[in-house]
Amino acid sequence: MSESCKVSSERRGDVALLWTDGYINNQGGEEIAREAYSHLEQGARALVLNLEKTRIVNSIGISILIEVLERVMDRKGALAFCGLTPTIDKTFRIMGLAQYARIYTSQDEAIRGVSAPTA
Amino acid sequence: MSHGGSAPPGLASSGPREVSMSIPVAPEMEIVATAQVSALGEYIALGRDKIDEVKLALVEACINAFEHAGCRDEQLHLTFRLGREPAGREWLEVEVLDRGRGFDHASVGAPSLENNLASHRKRGWGLQIIKSLMDEVEISSGEWGTRILMRKYK
Repeated sequence: MSESCKVSSERRGDVALLWTDGYINNQGGEEIAREAYSHLEQGARALVLNLEKTRIVNSIGISILIEVLERVMDRKGALAFCGLTPTIDKTFRIMGLAQYARIYTSQDEAIRGVSAPTA
Repeated sequence: MSHGGSAPPGLASSGPREVSMSIPVAPEMEIVATAQVSALGEYIALGRDKIDEVKLALVEACINAFEHAGCRDEQLHLTFRLGREPAGREWLEVEVLDRGRGFDHASVGAPSLENNLASHRKRGWGLQIIKSLMDEVEISSGEWGTRILMRKYK
């Protein structure tokens, strides 16, 4: 039995889009962080995490997401989540994550929300 | 052979129904335990979102114990109960018992993300998440270990 989280990603302009699939615990969180940091190093300004294939994020996983958020904030970038289950949404709001990261219903909304306005 | 009665006992009959299991202190065993929550939650048609809330609360209780309890028997003892209030409201209750060193839960302060962002320590959210997601939570702890009892109403 393994519920390990799989993470995939792609770059769309200055936004890196990450998809998770599975349980986000310490390993899942670290996998997300690796992928996210790699995109930030390559110049991504904003990250969108689509969690539609994740039903549980434990507090260790969330603590790693907070580290990712911190890294993004240090770079004056933006972090957005989308595809959250009601429970994950509620948990993020309980923790106050919604004050620092944006939460959207759909991926398209999230990408639009974090994209830099064009002149 | 007579089994007595015309139907198997259901939740309409008095008294809780319970399932017990023990899980080893090992990575991802908390996910094994959540399967019971899904099965019992579906049994009383608790609803997917409420089932997810119970599952996450259970995951948090398990990983707290795995990390901090120092379980002498290297096991967590879980009991899942279904019941119904006299007024008719059904509930799912989960008991997580460890035979560890115990802790003073009253001294555990409320975490804050603002403090998390300012420090290296990002953890400490487990109890807060459990209390926020469940309808009732009771924690007792001593030298015998720790018991977390949490209930979700339908």
